[in-house]
Amino acid sequence: MLSIKNLHANIEGKEILKGINLEIKAGEIHAIMGPNGSGKSTFAAVLAGREEYEITEGSVDFEGNDLLDLNPEDRAREGLFLAFQYPIEIPGVSNVNFLKTAINETRAYKNKDAITAKDFLALVKEKSALVELDSKLASRSVNEGFSGGEKKRNEIFQMAMLDPKLAILDETDSGLDIDALRIVANGVNTLKSPDNATIVITHYQRLLDYIIPDFVHVLYNGKIVKTGGKELALELEEKGYDWIKTENVEL
Amino acid sequence: MKKIIAYTEDELEKQLKENQEYKFGFTTDIESEVIPIGLDEDVVRLISSKKNEPQWLLDFRLKAFAYWKTMVEKKWAHVDYPKIDFQSISYYAAPKEKVDVNWEDVDPELKATMDKLGISMDEQKSLSGVAVDFVMDSVSVKTSFKEKLGELGIIFCSFSEAVHDHPELVKQYLGTVVPSTDNFYAALNSAVFSDGSFCYIPKGVRCPMELSTYFRINEANTGQFERTLLVADEDSYVSYLEGCTAPMRDENQLHAAVVELISLDGAEIKYSTVQNWYPGNKEGVGGIYNFVTKRGICHTGSKISWTQVETGSAITWKYPSCILKGDNSIGEFFSVAVTNNHQQADTGTKMIHLGKNTKSTVISKGISAGFSNNSYRGLIQINKNATNARNFTQCDSLLMGDKCGAHTFPYIEVKNSTAKIEHEATTSKIGEDQLFYCNQRGISTEKAINLIVNGYCKDVLNQLPMEFAVEAQKLLEISLEGSVG
Repeated sequence: MLSIKNLHANIEGKEILKGINLEIKAGEIHAIMGPNGSGKSTFAAVLAGREEYEITEGSVDFEGNDLLDLNPEDRAREGLFLAFQYPIEIPGVSNVNFLKTAINETRAYKNKDAITAKDFLALVKEKSALVELDSKLASRSVNEGFSGGEKKRNEIFQMAMLDPKLAILDETDSGLDIDALRIVANGVNTLKSPDNATIVITHYQRLLDYIIPDFVHVLYNGKIVKTGGKELALELEEKGYDWIKTENVEL
Repeated sequence: MKKIIAYTEDELEKQLKENQEYKFGFTTDIESEVIPIGLDEDVVRLISSKKNEPQWLLDFRLKAFAYWKTMVEKKWAHVDYPKIDFQSISYYAAPKEKVDVNWEDVDPELKATMDKLGISMDEQKSLSGVAVDFVMDSVSVKTSFKEKLGELGIIFCSFSEAVHDHPELVKQYLGTVVPSTDNFYAALNSAVFSDGSFCYIPKGVRCPMELSTYFRINEANTGQFERTLLVADEDSYVSYLEGCTAPMRDENQLHAAVVELISLDGAEIKYSTVQNWYPGNKEGVGGIYNFVTKRGICHTGSKISWTQVETGSAITWKYPSCILKGDNSIGEFFSVAVTNNHQQADTGTKMIHLGKNTKSTVISKGISAGFSNNSYRGLIQINKNATNARNFTQCDSLLMGDKCGAHTFPYIEVKNSTAKIEHEATTSKIGEDQLFYCNQRGISTEKAINLIVNGYCKDVLNQLPMEFAVEAQKLLEISLEGSVG
């Protein structure tokens, strides 16, 4: 599904990603862990197509498309979804209107008719239940006045509505209490299928108790320095990131 | 009381699908009577005699004209334009055919024009229940639903008709809110106004339908100077809509209207405008100079609510205002003003608090794009006897691109220490973060801007009746097309 080769990226002349290699197949969940400043969020932003980053080297193939060649909206329409670490507020634009626009833009891109009002409402009902999102929030302005937990749940709600092939969750667990964490994880697990894949970016092992990854990668100083199964996350939790730092002191 | 929105986003979206350029830029090929260009006392007399006006009205005009000649155009507004040559304008143009009697006999060209503008005059077919007065160039062409409204004692007709059929009402109220000496353009209008709409709602009557006037400039080299006079008698209610369009022309045309509202004890007037005069082309050539004086007076316990969506005109200069004369009266002003390319707007409101416990609300949303300049200018004046007056002002500016300007000129004058005044102002740019967030959900930048702008204007758009809200959203979309790139 996703094949990343030797990806390098700069921001304002400073190199953040220093050669990332990663293969993700349909049906897999990959966790990317790492200390603060290791490049985790940059990695997510680069895949989603944020313009401030300059790609200096490498390639990303997404379902046979050169991902780096697509603009951000086409990446989304091709099925790439990013759950933002800090979801953005859009005053005056209702969540449902926002989502309907998003769904219909994608459908138009695929030469499909717009979704009917009936189907859309049914979808909202089904998917908001999945993340236990109050139906009132669905009609409120996008993220405006939402609590931190509501914003994160809203991201997963949007993900459920848009049904992406590849979802990237950027620190979705940050700022969540244990109940919200369980709800978010439950949503992600329910949406999991043999046809889609998920990248979970997190600082803590905690989330991975709920979303069980097939692979855990440790990102440090712009590179993946260690890859393992879910037990790697536990090992990290136990030994701390200093363990990685000492092992990679030469980097 | 907040108006409940009687339409869904689906309906809006459906109606918004077609997205066009300035689609009203056509001219109607119709035989017109246009008087030669130029302005002197004879022209004023000529207009008056063409309208077969009574002496008192001619006197009103001549007095205004005499005063106007002594006036100098003030330049305090934050707009810039070459000196207007008032001798190069024709002050009267009228479609030749007399059409106000039998709709069947109306010139097909004129009917086609109305069709293109989306105005339904066919009362049987009109489902929207909006009574319309259509004013082209200098005369009112047709008013619909007149009989039906007449049963309730509501008078809704062209200004000229009102002068003949209800002279006592016109005489009683004309010039009482906007004196003929008020300002340069109000004086000019008072001298040469040709037609407009008149409306009277009797005591205790709630007008059952929206009343609407549609203004259209058609002839080249003419100015449009219409006059609207609206009287809501005690405890009555009326919602009034005003729309305007003009052909695309390379020269600037002048539109100088005067609107006077009188809201008697316990009455409520809701006045909505969607202003879409031709704004000129991308290089700033052509377009309408829109210099309008709008003011209402509120008597005891009454209310006036102005809502405006201003997307057109090369230059807009207008300050729909409320004189809160009676105790417990309420004034409201909701405005969206969009400027793009080389448009200039200096608009806002004046809330003059005279009575006790008077309240006013001002919500102004400015959007500037391209090379345009957009100014909010507002006066909140609390007079000595206005005990417990309240005002809330929110004045937001949204900038698109870095070549445009947004300016705010709030004036607050308080002469009574019990007043409570709040003023909130923000200036923002459409955020990269917001656009990226939309992009990441598959929404193109252009669409994202529409979403964000409509969201930003929502508080104002929600004040408009459904059809006007649709029209307004369409206009916003068209006006801002290609403004970010």
